[in-house]
Amino acid sequence: MHLAYPAVLSALLFCTGLYGVLARRNAILVLMSVELMLNAVNLNLVAFDVWLSRTAEDTLHSGQALALFTIAIAAAEIGIGLAIVLAVYRNRGTSDIDKLRDTAEGHEPDGPDSDTTGRAVPGSRTAGEKAEATA
Amino acid sequence: MTTTTLAVLVPLLPFLGAIAGLLLGRTAPGFVRPLAVLPTLASLALAATVAWRQGGHQAVDAVTELTPTGSVPVELALHIDGFAALTAVVVTVVAGCVQIYSTGYLRDDPRYPSYAALVSLFTSAMLLVVYSGDLMVLLVGWEVMGICSYFLVGHYWETPEARAASLKAFLVTKLGDVPFLIGLFALATEAGSFRITRILGAVADGGIEHPTLIALLLLAGVAGKSAQFPLHTWLPDAMAGPTPVSALIHAATMVAAGVYFIARLLPLFEASQAAMVVLAVMAAVTMAGSALAALAQDDIKRVLAYSTIGQLGYMTGALAVADRGAAVFHLLSHGAFKALLFLAAGVIIHAAGTNSLAAMSRMGHLRDRVPDAYWTMTVALLALAAIPPFSGFFSKEAVLGVAEHVVTGHTGHAPAAAGWIVLLAGLVTALLTAAYATRLWLLAFRGHGPEAPDHGRQPLTMTTVLWVLAVPSLALGGFAFRVLPDWFDGHDLTPTLTTSVLGTGVALVGGIVTYAAWRHTTAHAARVPLGAVAAHPEGDAGLVEAEAIASHEPAYGDIAYASDPSDPGRLLLGPLHRHAAAGFHLDALYTALFVRPVRAGASLVRFLDREVVETYVRGAGALPRWLGVAVRRAQTGNLQTYVSALLAGTVVLAVAAVLVATGA
Amino acid sequence: MTLAAAAGTAAHATTTTAAAGTHGFLSPTGVEIAFLLVGLVTFGAAVITVTTRQLVHAALWLVVALGGLAVEYLLLTAEFIAWVQVLIYVGSVVVLLLFGLMLTRAPIGRSPDADSGNRPVALAVALAAAGTLVWVVTDAFRTTWIDLDGAPAGSTDVTGASLFQHWVLPFEALSVLLLAALVGAIVLSRKAKADAASDAADTRRDTEGTR
Repeated sequence: MHLAYPAVLSALLFCTGLYGVLARRNAILVLMSVELMLNAVNLNLVAFDVWLSRTAEDTLHSGQALALFTIAIAAAEIGIGLAIVLAVYRNRGTSDIDKLRDTAEGHEPDGPDSDTTGRAVPGSRTAGEKAEATA
Repeated sequence: MTTTTLAVLVPLLPFLGAIAGLLLGRTAPGFVRPLAVLPTLASLALAATVAWRQGGHQAVDAVTELTPTGSVPVELALHIDGFAALTAVVVTVVAGCVQIYSTGYLRDDPRYPSYAALVSLFTSAMLLVVYSGDLMVLLVGWEVMGICSYFLVGHYWETPEARAASLKAFLVTKLGDVPFLIGLFALATEAGSFRITRILGAVADGGIEHPTLIALLLLAGVAGKSAQFPLHTWLPDAMAGPTPVSALIHAATMVAAGVYFIARLLPLFEASQAAMVVLAVMAAVTMAGSALAALAQDDIKRVLAYSTIGQLGYMTGALAVADRGAAVFHLLSHGAFKALLFLAAGVIIHAAGTNSLAAMSRMGHLRDRVPDAYWTMTVALLALAAIPPFSGFFSKEAVLGVAEHVVTGHTGHAPAAAGWIVLLAGLVTALLTAAYATRLWLLAFRGHGPEAPDHGRQPLTMTTVLWVLAVPSLALGGFAFRVLPDWFDGHDLTPTLTTSVLGTGVALVGGIVTYAAWRHTTAHAARVPLGAVAAHPEGDAGLVEAEAIASHEPAYGDIAYASDPSDPGRLLLGPLHRHAAAGFHLDALYTALFVRPVRAGASLVRFLDREVVETYVRGAGALPRWLGVAVRRAQTGNLQTYVSALLAGTVVLAVAAVLVATGA
Repeated sequence: MTLAAAAGTAAHATTTTAAAGTHGFLSPTGVEIAFLLVGLVTFGAAVITVTTRQLVHAALWLVVALGGLAVEYLLLTAEFIAWVQVLIYVGSVVVLLLFGLMLTRAPIGRSPDADSGNRPVALAVALAAAGTLVWVVTDAFRTTWIDLDGAPAGSTDVTGASLFQHWVLPFEALSVLLLAALVGAIVLSRKAKADAASDAADTRRDTEGTR
């Protein structure tokens, strides 16, 4: 089999995933697209490993081992990623990533920080308690 | 103690006194007066001891080199010959008198501590100039005097006149100091040393290649410091300072420094005939012009200021005919009687509550209010007018006698042209000097009108000093002309018959003519009431004087001039009076020649800076700002945009890398 | 010098150039035809995944794409990877994703705003990247031939041997990473729960529940 087939398929899948990452609004859909990209890489790894193990009599099988590792890491990534998305969703009520723009220029922090305001009011009860606690 | 140690202590004591006064001025006000007076008196005693030990014999030389300073060494050197020893005595006498006088004159002044410390520092700097044997060390004292004069003239800095005068004094003297510094460097380079003795040795050996250039450069600095034409304009305006400061500047320090400096380096000036002629012309113009101006001034202190310029002209005239003995002789006697004149004028201003002669001439019995000032000032004015046997007569006749010597060809040191110039200008000035001295005396003490206000007796510290200074004004000349040649170069200082008769004659003529003019004009005085007096006659003398100076211009329309028809000077000078009162419009000329072009240049530079340079700066700032605005637009917070840009860049880089790798 | 030669030398391809001469693109073998068809299905499923407006459908189409990839692994004789792919991706990851969709209350049915405003840029970047990658890859490997005859290259036996002979240390390190991810995921979701609980009106029952 020509090596070009899996290589081209991998490239196309990767770019599809890329498009998904850049174009999708829902964070979970972005995660799916990331999975597509990872799988494209896996296909590449496996194909080249097979090719090398035949033509260069490579017994290390580094490609396959790396593909396995990638699968494991992808599983971990999806777990953590989903946890983060859920946490964001709980806090913000949305998982649309183009609405999470806290780092935008000129962004005013919306919710006042209760901790600092508590300290800023002298003589208030919470401030006094905190002062005692820190003392 | 050796003479050297004593000599080092002479400038050091007032310096330490100044430092201590500045440090203790706020914390321990009780110590300020002793700290001001005692070091000066102590250094007077030491200077007298040094002079007695030196005795006009071999000059005392002491040198120590602190550290190597490159090609031309700078050494801490003392060089005390007869000139230095006697000048130092006069400086300390006048400074001591001024300090004592100031304790009374400025007794209520809140700034007295800093004032006294600056006077001490001033004295110390002048003593350094007098004793120094090294031109660099001399220059230190020279410049310290410049800065002290700035502060002291501006003592009443609340008044705009004092601020302007202090700035003017500083800038004009600095204008002279720049060529002076260049001249010093040129001189040291050619002589290979800053030591005065070595320089004079090099001059004697003909080792100076450009004596004319160096002498003229040095002359510029001397003209600035000693208030010679054309850099004299700061001195009349410096009257805005307190009277004791004027006395100090005019009698002993500052202006004397220039004359003394030429006296030290006279052989260098003698090496250049051109420099001597320039010096003579400068002295002649200064003498005659200042005497004319003095005749027209209304402010009593400005009369004295112009007379100082004239007397300094005599000294430079004596130097122009290559006799430093006569010059320093006149410096000594002038130091005594001019200090007396100023201090007495301070008393009169205090008593009269005005500094205007026109106002004084309308006060009756002013002389009865200040008998001490009346008598001592009479003595000093007679000395100023060079009436025998007062000290001014002998010193002035010494100058005229030397000039006559040169004219008749008895000496080869100076060109005959210089002799003629000095002699003629000296005789004209003697006439005018007597005239303005008489005018001053008549207007101040012979006034008619309502009685002068009685503010009680003047402080004892102020009147005692007057009598102390009256003694040398009266007797120094007659005593000194026999003794001084032993201390100086040995030239005879005895008055010659011709010049004595001529000089005294013209002086008498000037006095009599002025008296006649005064008799003629004084009748007008009653018809034209004039006069403004200080608002707080009970204040101390310094306050009264500050108010008098501040009120002169609003009251009379000009700081130097009062439109008084009873002024004999107006009759004598005729149409010249208006110009003389304004100092022959030299200030206006300088304004037109220098101040306006500089101002115009400054406004041009300001325009260029604001409109042209600033535009470039703003333009340079605008481009990054626009870039920043554009870049800020990109900061949307949208992660996908960021990643898109990142990946697009990656693709471009990858394509570029591939193309480079394939050599396409 | 073409990319093919460069990559060939870099990969120590000693004999491939000679073998490649006998296999042209226009005379595909059976395996290649199968690979091509499955690849088309996979690619199509992937494209639908990233373009469909129905979120749940996207997850399901992802299953198709991942399954297609598993078939491709099988065709490349990498059996173990193929089964792992089915087990982990199809079995767990997609299920997790579906749970995530449900928990974030993703709308069921067509949602008009599934794509963000970045879509044209994304399309341009993706097409450019695809063009570049395909050009580079085909240019580099158009003559390279994989010999699939003989013993499978990725049987469980072979993979296990290499994994536990040569890759034991990374394998164990990976287990630590998985543990860390496990703990991290729990911490993240638990903290979120605690925050939500403190905000809720009936705090007492929630605190008891977490205990």
